Order: sequence, then structure tokens, then C-alpha cells
Amino acid sequence: MRLVLQFAVKRFGSALLVMFAISVLVFLIFFATPGVDPAARIAGRNADPATLAQVRHSFGLDRPLPVRYLLMMRHLLIDRDLESFVNRGSRVIPQIVQATPVTLSLVIGAAVIWMTAGLLMGTAAATLRGKAADPLIMLVGVVGVSLPAYWLGEVVNLITQKQLHDSVFSWVPPPGYVGLAKDPGQWALHLLFPWLTLALLYAGIYARLLRGEVISALSEDYVRTARAKGLSERRILVRHALRCSLIPVVSLFGLDFGALVGGAALLTEVVFGLPGIGKLTYDALQNLDLPVIMGTVLYAAFFVVLANALVDILYARLDPRARHA
Amino acid sequence: MPEPLLDVRDLRVSFRTRTGPVTVVDGLSFAVAPGEVLGVVGESGSGKSVSMLAVLRLLTNPNVTVSGQVRFRGRDLLTLPDREMRAVRGREIAMVFQDPMTALTPVYTVGWQIAEQIRAHEQVSRKEARARAVRLLSDVGIPDAASRADAYPHEFSGGMRQRAVIAMALSCDPALLIADEPTTALDVTVQAQILDLMRELNARGSAVVLITHDMGVVSEITDRVLVMYGGRVAEEGPRRAVFHGPRHPYTWGLLDSVPRVGGARLRRLPTIAGMPVSPGDLPAGCAFAPRCRLRHERCEELPVLVAGSADFEHRDACWLPPDDRAALRVTARTEASRTDTARTETSGTGTARTDASGTGTAQEVAS
Repeated sequence: MRLVLQFAVKRFGSALLVMFAISVLVFLIFFATPGVDPAARIAGRNADPATLAQVRHSFGLDRPLPVRYLLMMRHLLIDRDLESFVNRGSRVIPQIVQATPVTLSLVIGAAVIWMTAGLLMGTAAATLRGKAADPLIMLVGVVGVSLPAYWLGEVVNLITQKQLHDSVFSWVPPPGYVGLAKDPGQWALHLLFPWLTLALLYAGIYARLLRGEVISALSEDYVRTARAKGLSERRILVRHALRCSLIPVVSLFGLDFGALVGGAALLTEVVFGLPGIGKLTYDALQNLDLPVIMGTVLYAAFFVVLANALVDILYARLDPRARHA
Repeated sequence: MPEPLLDVRDLRVSFRTRTGPVTVVDGLSFAVAPGEVLGVVGESGSGKSVSMLAVLRLLTNPNVTVSGQVRFRGRDLLTLPDREMRAVRGREIAMVFQDPMTALTPVYTVGWQIAEQIRAHEQVSRKEARARAVRLLSDVGIPDAASRADAYPHEFSGGMRQRAVIAMALSCDPALLIADEPTTALDVTVQAQILDLMRELNARGSAVVLITHDMGVVSEITDRVLVMYGGRVAEEGPRRAVFHGPRHPYTWGLLDSVPRVGGARLRRLPTIAGMPVSPGDLPAGCAFAPRCRLRHERCEELPVLVAGSADFEHRDACWLPPDDRAALRVTARTEASRTDTARTETSGTGTARTDASGTGTAQEVAS
């Protein structure tokens, strides 16, 4: 129990450190970028120098950088009333809170699909090695990996919303998002194609990784021992070979999942009109809206760190050798 | 000899490779009687392990073809359906492998893995299987077995792991245990303990096939010895006969290359000249001929395994005249030491290999 606590405290400490470093970095990069004057944005086009100076003063932009950083952090974390530079009066935190469930719905659903597909494809390819099915499965995987989300998403939209919308795909709702609490059926229906699109990109990578792992596990001595014990081939595959192969898959999954929840599902969100974190970050970047960028980046960093901590815990559960390290 | 437990006839194992088929085991025949300890010796690559893996059908490489007959308790294992074969593996014939460090699945506890084997063959509850696993672990000398059963393989030392693997092999009271160099990867002190375990198991009625290249180990616990070279039997017979009156030149070489504990220390340990034959270019005749000091024209022909003396159980595959093998062995040895000395003198720095490289005990090695 003490070990777990120690681990949690250590993790939490390093997470804070990572988030602090990232926030400083984002802040500095923003102000070091030429042509980015928040005062000009706030004051609007063709504002006269007097207005600019007044804006600068009222927003605290004429103070030294460290003070400005602390002020922003205070508004973001303590007062929680940080406002966008672009859309006056719209607060950052509610925007993130609103976008989070959309991204989580998209990524969790896709993760379930791609992990299931990846596991099945990888294991099937490994056991069918040397037969025609193995290269075929891997080919499907590679094709999936090579299709960019924006292209695939557009094609899916074209087919389901336009070309075949009157016949086969008449049940597909228009792009957008419906809350899970509001209508679970519509929620799943709206997310079905985004899920499949996102999952297709990842299933191939996982299938490929797992195939290699299972093949090398099947030639391990312990598999021979398991065979000599008189176990069935199925049990050897699932309980021995596959179980050991999952360890590297889980660590990759943690990284991918953290990044996607943090906003890396951007392209899928934009194509399917899902107002998630990725879309929010994308819009903020287009407008050079520092407060929103800061909020979303910190949010992303938090999820990446959280996902990594979860992976570490899962890793220790999967691999007893990692427990004492 | 009573009705054999395991009767292998004309076993052939070949691998398909890029350069054509390679025969690794070439017409191997041997038998193991119930309760007997058979030692299988030979250099690396002589086909010892492969032939035993073939017996249990553990060669899963799709490029392998196995032919011949492996009769175990009257059934041919090579033609048995997979399901029935699985019931034989682990229950009637158990196998222990060379490297205990990698033989256990790293993610499960040792006790779990032993219980898994018990439950694969018998209808017992989880609890009962675990209790038996603990008992087995304590039987093979693991202290505090009840708590060690919950340890993972990486928490065990090499010797402990080999004990655990042996405990697993013993879990269903097999009639035959095949041990593939069970002591090679272990310390000498641990080796002796593992051999004791084998002996105990044998005393409980199981037959043992012990694969090794350590003549000391063979001299300690086996009843009969099978000497293999190039995938064929070079010599076989009761242990005493093979050690006291070895008949095949290859056996002479093996016995001479064991360092002796007592007596005058040799300046140079005799070796068998040349390299072990590679399975890819096995000669049509005697496989050992290229390295044999006593080869003659007849060696171009494949020698048959025959009893050379009154003892019909002691057989060898060599074309040398059967009667005066002891005298021939002395001739070969003096010739070998002469060429060795010559080589040492010409090269100057002759003692290229250390004298006491082996660690086998050889109290019984006859000269």
C-alpha cells in the first residue's frame, strides 16, 4: 500500500512539473512569435495608438513577462475566469469542459474498435503465418494505416451523406454530435463513422505490432514447455503467447490514447464536424487565441501524463518483472 | 530385455532448407525399458535433442519431416491424433529442457504453472491442484514451498527454476521422463542435486532418458548408454560395458577427453580431431570416418549396428575387426598423442586450450 502511495505521489509530482514546463513553453513561444500582438487583436482592426495603449494597460500586457504568465495562470487555474482574446466574454474553461465529452466519446469508442480489430487481426495473422491469409491481413492493415483521416473522412461523408444517402445510408444522421446523456442511440449513430474512420488508422499498426510479438513468443522456450505439458494449442496461444505479447501493445496504446484524447483526433473531429478538443485547439490556433491555446495544451498534457501513469500501472499488472523496478 | 516402454524404430528427421533437405536424425532406433535410465550422449549437433523432440512431436517447424515409428505402450505416437497426443504429453511422457531460465512463462507464478499442467490432465479443483503443486515443489527441495509457489519465475535462481520445471514434469507421475541436458546450464553443486532428483524419480518407477554431453553424468546414473554421432547410433549398450570396453572410435574419443580427477595430470587433454560432421553433408558411409584415425576403405560403406562380442546388448556401428578393439584403441591413442606433440612443438605456443576445461567427474572412466 505504501508503495502504491509513493508511486502516486511521485507520478503526481512529475505530472505537475511536466505541465508547468509545457505552460511556460507555450507562453514563451506565443510571445516570441513575430506579428502576434494580443492588444491589436483585442482592440480590433485600425485601432489608434491611444486605444492600443489603453487595451495593453487594462489587460496587463504592458507588464513584464513573468508577471503576465502568473496573471494568466491565476485566471486559468485559481479564478477560473480566463477569457478568450478573440471572442470577448467567452471563457476558456467552459469551452474545454464542453468539448471534452465529445473527444472522449470519439476516442474511447474508436479505441475499443481498433484494439479488438488489432488483436484479432494480429493473432490471426501470426497463427496463419505461412498461409495466404497472413499477408492478406497485413495488407489490409497497411492500407488502413496509409489512408489519411481527412481523405478517408471526406470519402465516407461523400458516400454516406450524398452519393448513397438516398438508398443504403439513409439511416446516417448529418454530421455533428449528440450527447450520450441526451440520446444514447443517436450518440452512437452520430459517432459510428467517426469511430470506424479513426479506428481504421490505428488497427493496422496494432495488428502489425502484435503479429510480430506473437510470432516471436511462439518460438520461445516457454511455449515449448507449455506444449510439453500437454496443453491445447488454443490455450498455449491465448494464455501463454498472447498474454506475454500484450505487454508492448499496452505501452503503445497508452501513448496513442493519451495523445488522441489530448487533441490528436483533430482531423477526424474537423471532418465529421465534432466540436471536440481537437477542433477547439485548431480554431484557437487559427485565431492565435492564446488563452484557449494555453487551456487546451495544458488539458492535453494532463491527459498524456495521466495515460502514461495508467499504462505504468497496467504494465506492472501485466508483467511481474516490472513490479520491483 | 522386458517389453519396452518406448520403442523407436528407424526414426528420421529432416529439415527443408534453402540448399535442399538436411537429414538431422538418420534411421535412429532404440528402446527404453520401464524403470530404466538411458543416457544419450554425443556432441552438439549429433541429433540427440531433435530426436527426443521428434518423439514427443514437439518439432513444430513446418519445414520438418519426421518418419519412422515411435511406439509407446504399444501405440505409435507419430500417427496419434493431436488430441490423444496431448494426453500423452505431460501425463505419460514429461520433458525437461536445457535452459531453466527461459522454460517458464514469465508472467505466471510457478505454482500456477504447475497447477495448470495438473488441471490439463486431471479433473481436480483449483485448490487441490495448487495443494499438489506446493507438495511437488517441496518434494523437489524448494524450501517454504507454500509461499514460494506464489513467486514468479524471475524471483527464482537457475537451480530453483530447474527444480520447479522438474516438479512440473513430475506432476502427473509420468512413466517416462525425457531430460534434455537438465544440468548443463547449472552450477556444479546444483548439478549434483538435480541428478539426485532424477535418481529419486527413477526409484519411484519412472523411466528416464537423459540427454547429455557430460560423460561424468552418464557414468553416475544411467543403466544403459546410447552414443550418437551425425544423427545415427555409434554405439549402445549397458553402461558398464560401454565405459569399460568401449568399441567405437568415437566413444573412445569421448571417454579420453574427460579430465581425470585422480592420477597424473595430463599436459594436454586429448581431443577428437576435426569438427563434428554437419548434418548438411553427412557422408554416405560412416559419419565419423573423416575424423577417425583408423579409417579404411570399408568405411565408405554405411556400417550396421551389430553386437561385436558375446554381450549381444552391447552393439556398435564400426567396420573395425570386432575382436581386438582394446588393442586398436591403444594404437589410436599413441598415434593421436604423437601428432599432438608434433603439433605442439612446431607451433611453439602449443597449449592453446586449458587442461581442465571440463568439470565432469569420471571416477568410473576406465583406461
